Amino acid sequence: MMAVLSDAELTAISLSLKVASVATLASLLPGIGMGFLLAKRSFSGKFLLNSLVHLPLVLPPVVTGYLLLLSFGRRGPIGEVLDRCCGLVFSFRWSGAALASAVMGFPLLVRAIRLGFESVDARLENAASTLGASPFWVFLTVTLPLGAPGIVAGALLCFAKALGELGATITFVSNIPGETRTLASAIYTLTQVPGGDAGALRLTLVSIVIAMSALAASEGLAAIVHRRLVAK
Amino acid sequence: MNFDLDVALAQGDFRLALRFRSDARTIGITGPSGSGKTTLLNVIAGTLPPGHGHVKISGRVFADTRRNILVPPHSRNVGYVFQDGRLFPHLTVQQNLFYGRWFSRGRKLPAAGERIIGLLGIDHLLHRRAVGLSGGEQQRVAIGRALFAAPRLLLMDEPLAGLDVERRSEILPLIARVRDEYQIPLIYVSHAEDEILRLADEVITISGGRLIDRRPDPIQTGGEEVCGDSEVDHTA
Repeated sequence: MMAVLSDAELTAISLSLKVASVATLASLLPGIGMGFLLAKRSFSGKFLLNSLVHLPLVLPPVVTGYLLLLSFGRRGPIGEVLDRCCGLVFSFRWSGAALASAVMGFPLLVRAIRLGFESVDARLENAASTLGASPFWVFLTVTLPLGAPGIVAGALLCFAKALGELGATITFVSNIPGETRTLASAIYTLTQVPGGDAGALRLTLVSIVIAMSALAASEGLAAIVHRRLVAK
Repeated sequence: MNFDLDVALAQGDFRLALRFRSDARTIGITGPSGSGKTTLLNVIAGTLPPGHGHVKISGRVFADTRRNILVPPHSRNVGYVFQDGRLFPHLTVQQNLFYGRWFSRGRKLPAAGERIIGLLGIDHLLHRRAVGLSGGEQQRVAIGRALFAAPRLLLMDEPLAGLDVERRSEILPLIARVRDEYQIPLIYVSHAEDEILRLADEVITISGGRLIDRRPDPIQTGGEEVCGDSEVDHTA
């Protein structure tokens, strides 16, 4: 493996895995909360919230990246506050790539989780409440475990999206080797230089392997969850 | 049980307007399908708010729209056995049974545990998953699950409706034994005359969301009024 892939390529691969994992893990809790709100609660402004969550899905990625640059950049209103209070800098860092990937993956994550929660029979939740479970415990003991397949599916979609994200990432944090040059931007770069074809092809194969592995892992996890839910 | 109910609610085209008080220990509620029997139970359990009026049981106010009181279902200690069982598919029979006990904060029925499991004849099922059970087994577990939560009142919504004659004749005596052994007030909904007659001290018939018959007739036996036009006294 080492002989086949150059150091720069290995760096891009490990960076991509880090960015996609961090983006997915960090989105998981907010995604579960948002999916639950949208699936099980009615409130005013729900349409607006739903639209806001889905915005990155319909906007050109470059626009999302530019909006992130404006708000989370060093001089942006949010970026400046985060820098001053916690020393957290997103612009031109791998963490910025993770943020861009998370924002792009979030609609897919929330959609799947929402569908998962919507499929949980409200009559079971009612039964739990008559047995003394408060709404919090109903969620934890009934809605969450029964909606788990949606969470698994959402996490995979988010991870895959994060792995392939290019437009928002390159706009927000550029394409810096070792810091923000992920698999996708590395492949893009290689296709722009003479003699880069071999490298681009190698990284393409790596992308396919990673994507297939993630899919297999998710299918395996889904099968385990499914067995726990319906096996006799 | 002292049961005091005055409910008026609308769900789409359907209107439920019911008022009655009763001191019976077991109330049977019967009537054609769509008459509002399940809606009534949902209002008592708290999974459906009463549009207007109040629900009071043995001195506890569950809901009173005039006083803005609406106790959430998980604080009512009302056991509910549904027609369709509604066991948690991701849990084993034992986990289903003990589900309500986690939340009952140490309140237990006298001689609970083994006794309930033995009474319902479900000891051999404990480690099975709930989804693999037959209809009759599911209803036994559902009754047990409600009992383990140590309810102050038990609601049963056609618990035998989905079962064949043989299973029904097995489980009906069990319900009677549960009623006698644990002395829990019971509201039993069914359109099967034999079940109602076997279990209930008092039978209320509703149709189209209204009370149309009550046996034994409380006026003749000197009980509470059946129905009236004035609001029920709230000082009770």
